[in-house]
Amino acid sequence: MASAPTIAGTAGLPWGPRALIRRARSGDEIARLITLVFALVVVVLTVMLVEQLWVNSAEARHHFGLAFLFTRTWDPVFSQFGALPFVYGTLVTSALGLLVAVPLGLGAAIFLAELAPRRLSDNLTFLIDLLAAVPSVIYGLLGVFILVPLMRTEIQPALKRTLGFTPLFQGPAYGIGLLTAGLVLAVMIVPFIISVSREVLLAVPGDQREAALALGATRWEATWKAVVPYARTGIMGSIFLALARALGETMAVTMVIGNNPRISASLFAPGYSIAAVLANEFSEATGNLYLSALVELGLVLFLLTFVLNGLARLLILLTTSRGSVHT
Amino acid sequence: MSMRKILGFALLMVLAATPAWAQNINAAGATFPYPIYSKWFDEYHKAHPNVQINYQSIGSGGGIRQLLDKTVDFGASDGPMTDEQLQQAGFKILHFPTVLGGAVPSYNIPGLSAELKFTPEELAAIFLGKATKWNDPAISSANPGVKLPAEDIVVVHRSDGSGTTYIWTDYLSKVSDEWRTKVGKNTSVNWPVGLGGKGNEGVAGLIKQTPYSIGYVELIYAIQNDLPYGSVKNAAGEFVKASLAGVSAAAAGTAKSMPDDFRVSITDPPGKEAYPISSFTWLLIPAQVQDARKKSAIKDFLGWMLTSGQQFCEPLAYAKLPKEVVAKEQKAVALIQ
Repeated sequence: MASAPTIAGTAGLPWGPRALIRRARSGDEIARLITLVFALVVVVLTVMLVEQLWVNSAEARHHFGLAFLFTRTWDPVFSQFGALPFVYGTLVTSALGLLVAVPLGLGAAIFLAELAPRRLSDNLTFLIDLLAAVPSVIYGLLGVFILVPLMRTEIQPALKRTLGFTPLFQGPAYGIGLLTAGLVLAVMIVPFIISVSREVLLAVPGDQREAALALGATRWEATWKAVVPYARTGIMGSIFLALARALGETMAVTMVIGNNPRISASLFAPGYSIAAVLANEFSEATGNLYLSALVELGLVLFLLTFVLNGLARLLILLTTSRGSVHT
Repeated sequence: MSMRKILGFALLMVLAATPAWAQNINAAGATFPYPIYSKWFDEYHKAHPNVQINYQSIGSGGGIRQLLDKTVDFGASDGPMTDEQLQQAGFKILHFPTVLGGAVPSYNIPGLSAELKFTPEELAAIFLGKATKWNDPAISSANPGVKLPAEDIVVVHRSDGSGTTYIWTDYLSKVSDEWRTKVGKNTSVNWPVGLGGKGNEGVAGLIKQTPYSIGYVELIYAIQNDLPYGSVKNAAGEFVKASLAGVSAAAAGTAKSMPDDFRVSITDPPGKEAYPISSFTWLLIPAQVQDARKKSAIKDFLGWMLTSGQQFCEPLAYAKLPKEVVAKEQKAVALIQ
């Protein structure tokens, strides 16, 4: 790849009036400028977003300082605000979602890309892409009407009987709570993982596969040891996309999480996520400190996404430089 | 007739119908009274084609914020503005009660056919998390003859900021010292126990799905959706099942002691028929309106709302203002300068 002649950028091209006109006429320069502006728009939007969150959360930041991140109380009446239960709820539900969705999504993607007949694969992928476009309120309603009763009457009692000795599966089975929210998130993000991972696996060059098979690998060994590692970066990308969706998901989560800002060890307990509390309380919030505390929660969510994405990128960097396969 | 002719004719009709001047008034605020407000603004516009009131139901908090920023001509809120907010405004703001709302305790106890009675102490104990079983003495003593199960109580409350929560917590603050000092009243509070549902429909759905649960919903929502709800003991010692008349009676009971600025809580009022968990919802109007036309339009609308407008309340299941309050408000309209 690196040895291929690059045509990106115009830095090395002659820079005189005549050359400029020639390039402008050819369209290269215009295309470069226009796409540059488009790319800058993203940067400007992000900067403005952070700036607004920063400015509008000033009062809460001065009032609570760093303690905001470690306080467990959220009390609009007595103006005591802390982000910890919301950060906890956001992280736990997203982690649960990924825990279920990653193996499921990756497995399905491997089947669709490597093992299924092409026609079946294409048709199923079409269905999966449809799933990705379903509005989140629909997933929330399905959660409320189907998953919640099932959780309360079947799944949670069963978990209590088998795994009830761990603190994770104790307490009353309400049906709604962190576990249910995590499962709804898993259902919502799985189409992203399948769809993107499948594309990435399909893009792996055939040589990779054939070389492994020629060395005597079985079909599964070739897939698991040669194709999947080759596509690792892309698969990780699909997982980030899913994670970002899970962290920011509002409607479906607020419908099934129980909306209670408490930190409990049990996954059956109700919890609260940052996005859900923003949606719930912003419109009726009065008082400057209350409002700016809500804005600061938005800032915390942004930072959380930022840090998690950074860590994930670091992880890729570490794993790819250690391994022998590059993309 | 060709299309162009029809269009031209239509345009002419529109122009002919347009009065010499048109007054646009912008307002924003509470969502609970939105159906009656949009009906009022629409009916008023029909009667006075030159006045158009645009109302955005963005929530009480947003209504107050926009009023303070002067981006709207008037606001609307389910809770009265606090002294601090009024001071912060820098201009005088008048409160005008428009309609009444109430909150009712709704519950789901499988196999129970009798209607439950709730005392203030009982409701406070349940929502504070102190009465944890349905057969708690606080509950059974108010319901003699009803066999209550020894099951855990699941408390359900609103998760979104709402006027219904304001009414409910205002009531609990009045009847329970512990509630007032520990939790207090607001559109959102730090609930000691329970699950949060989004909106009336969220709370009602959770109650319906969760056996042995109890929560509160807006009276109108309960009536329109046929939800079962219990009666509540009022200050006169009577158990009253919430109704529009009971809510109006609560407002009438407090009319005598009503402060001139109408910023009053009418929960736990005197009166035998009064339902104790109810509240006004208010329009927030600046005392000084610079634009003379705007001022006369707002004043005229208020006068119309307090008289002709009242007939639209009950078809939409809103409790009407009692006549004592209407009379007092009519005087207050003159304060808008």
